[in-house]
Amino acid sequence: MSVGQQPILELQGITKSFGGVEALRGVDFALYPGEIHGLVGENGAGKSTLMKIIAGVHTEFSGRFLVDGRDMHFRSARDAHAAGIAMVHQELSVAPDLTVAENVFLGNQPTNALGLVQWRRMAREAGEQLARFGIDVDPMARLGDLPIGLQQLIEIARVLFSGARIVILDEPTSALSPPEVERLFTTLRRLREEGTAIVFISHFIEDILLVSDTVTVFRNGRKVAETASAATSKGALIEAMIGRGGEALEHSYTDDLMLPQPSGSKVVLEADQLSLSRSLQDVSFEARAGEVLGIYGFMGCGQQELSRILFGKLKPDSGTLAVEGVPKIFASTAAARRAGVALVPESRRDMLFHQEPVYKNISISILDRISSLLLKPAQERDIAKRQVDQLQIRPPVVGLDLGMLSGGNQQKVALAKWLTYPPKLLVLCEPTRGMDVGAKNDVINIVRDLRTRGLAIIVLSTEPETVLSLADRILVLKRGALVREFKNEPVSKDRLLEAA
Amino acid sequence: MSSETAMATGQRTRGLAPFLRSQMRNIAPFLTLIFLSGFFAFASPSFATLDNLGNILTQVSVTGIIAVGLTFVILCAEIDLSIASIANVTGIAVAYFTLQESYVNIANIPLPGAVAIILSLLLCALLGLVNALGLTVIGIPSFIMTLAMMQIAAGISALLVRGQIAYKVPSLITTLGSGSIGGIPWIVIVAAIMLLAGHLVLTYTRFGRYVYMVGGNREAAEYSGLNVKLILGAVMVISAVCAGIGGMLGVAHFGSAQQNEFDTYLLDSIAAVVVGGTSLFGGRGGIGNTIVGLFVLGVLNNGLDHVNIDSFLKILIRGLILLAALVINVYAQRLREKAAE
Repeated sequence: MSVGQQPILELQGITKSFGGVEALRGVDFALYPGEIHGLVGENGAGKSTLMKIIAGVHTEFSGRFLVDGRDMHFRSARDAHAAGIAMVHQELSVAPDLTVAENVFLGNQPTNALGLVQWRRMAREAGEQLARFGIDVDPMARLGDLPIGLQQLIEIARVLFSGARIVILDEPTSALSPPEVERLFTTLRRLREEGTAIVFISHFIEDILLVSDTVTVFRNGRKVAETASAATSKGALIEAMIGRGGEALEHSYTDDLMLPQPSGSKVVLEADQLSLSRSLQDVSFEARAGEVLGIYGFMGCGQQELSRILFGKLKPDSGTLAVEGVPKIFASTAAARRAGVALVPESRRDMLFHQEPVYKNISISILDRISSLLLKPAQERDIAKRQVDQLQIRPPVVGLDLGMLSGGNQQKVALAKWLTYPPKLLVLCEPTRGMDVGAKNDVINIVRDLRTRGLAIIVLSTEPETVLSLADRILVLKRGALVREFKNEPVSKDRLLEAA
Repeated sequence: MSSETAMATGQRTRGLAPFLRSQMRNIAPFLTLIFLSGFFAFASPSFATLDNLGNILTQVSVTGIIAVGLTFVILCAEIDLSIASIANVTGIAVAYFTLQESYVNIANIPLPGAVAIILSLLLCALLGLVNALGLTVIGIPSFIMTLAMMQIAAGISALLVRGQIAYKVPSLITTLGSGSIGGIPWIVIVAAIMLLAGHLVLTYTRFGRYVYMVGGNREAAEYSGLNVKLILGAVMVISAVCAGIGGMLGVAHFGSAQQNEFDTYLLDSIAAVVVGGTSLFGGRGGIGNTIVGLFVLGVLNNGLDHVNIDSFLKILIRGLILLAALVINVYAQRLREKAAE
């Protein structure tokens, strides 16, 4: 499509490393005016790093960076903005307490000669802009009162209408409902006609194929394919994303893996028709003793909310939970813990005390079982010592402040706190995220050992490898609904990605 | 694994300077105390005497009793602004339930001493419970909730005394507030016992550990399955009861019960806890710090009376010392976070 045309943005041989690890290796990338360019790749493949370089977030890298054929070096996101480059990040970055109009004009409200904000003009123009986007909303409404999907659309609209010539959208559709996605696509197409260049990053390959002209595939920091969207298919893209044969030492899970016959053991947890506003719709499943249930889905598919409901941190709008046949609505995390449910959230920071020693971190959840009124520090240290030895936590010093441990070891401590008196149901969110191969294998072995001890385990992850390496049965969660169950059948990364 | 081993040995050979830096919140208040004591001892011959030490102890006793409960609250990264008002209303209540001389023009309800004391304690516990419910069940930030309670308690006080002054309190309270045994004022003994009890609870009980953990990382406490709301509610009640005891003994100590009697104790109690080095962000510090803070304030207030200084300047000096303590408090937190990284 671009023969003879000059790219608006051109990158040549971009290499970027973080502390010795290369996140991008010699990547070439060109973007043309009036093009929607899709980017796909697994988590950590380098998409986001490249986009952050373009948006001026990462300023240290090697390689050439040309805008309109001229060499550029951004020192900050401001420089990128001045060059007409804008990015919508995956996480919402709106001001929920301000009005819709204020959010649309954030940072450049129209003012009169005295420097006072011209509210009426701002509201009118915001309303007009949003109407172009097909959003009918009162510009003076408080943004935080609107549904999340609408907030996200407004944020995207703000960036799209900021006059940027290059717009980068990182996972813009994960929180949107199908009609909202359609509305977004209509707008993107219109902007394309006006000559804006758009980069569209998404895990939803159907979306990429539907809206983009060109699609580029990243794997392990390299660009592995670039093709016209019309000339490829979901299957071909997935294959390019995950690669064949697996060059890494790790099991790559590209080949079929046989899931075992369900054991028919005792049902520990039964979830019935759980719904939570826009996050979950009628989610029903059961977890059985001695079985690892994997729940796979993309970022924002509702996994996080689901795990919080299981642990009493969030209350569902409707639906019920039953633990060993007894219906429960957990009023608090303490109630969930007493009922025998344990949760390790995806963020270690959320469940560990970095300024406290390791042994206090391990004993906190079981203090009421080892002491009634007075603490028994010697016993606490003994228990912690046993866990540290068993899980091979390094360094094996229970009196060390937790913050001194490496990430993988902190994750083991997060597990250890639940294992002295094992729960009936253990819910693990992203149990191996950000770990090196050794620590990953340790965690996998711990989980397998717990399964043989008869715990019901639920593993929620956005990484197919994590689910495939652990689960006996796999559920696929897509935009808040369970869409597929894999059991007693072959499964592979392709099949999972295909289902999600 | 190699990087982890390096980290471990790094920890063991970290040396004195980083250790001192991580302990700054405990060391700085202590140095302040030594410096202030030295300064006043040098500046005034009447300061460093046994008699004057007794004075200082007596002067900080009421603040000390109130500060015990406040230490729990601040360790949880909350605040209680109603302590002075609750002290006041509890002191007034115990007088209200005691037979007053005929010239005291208050329509009160005389009851036996023990009953009066129990009712007064129930009153302050109830007010603390309202704070607790507002904070945990409704979700009002403690700053605002206790600000409202400050007014409510002051209102109850006003209704009970109606601008009058009551003098009589039950004899047990009179003894504990203004009597002494073997030359040591009872109020000092009560303050010491309460501080000790607070220290034991915080250090050796499960509840105390929970207080530190909730203050250290509330999110993590919740993800550990602790009943965070129950713990927060409990510290608000503890705070109110400590304030109430301080108020009853204070009324006996001052010899009268009247409106606005305890107003200065709010700032003094918060100052004692914070100057002592308990972190305003929660999770760090304790009764030991509060004791040092009490002495810093006590020495400062008392010492300024011993040196020839403009009495109006004293207020400014107190403010500046408080500011310095706050700066150290925040700075110590940052140093510690750096050390943990």
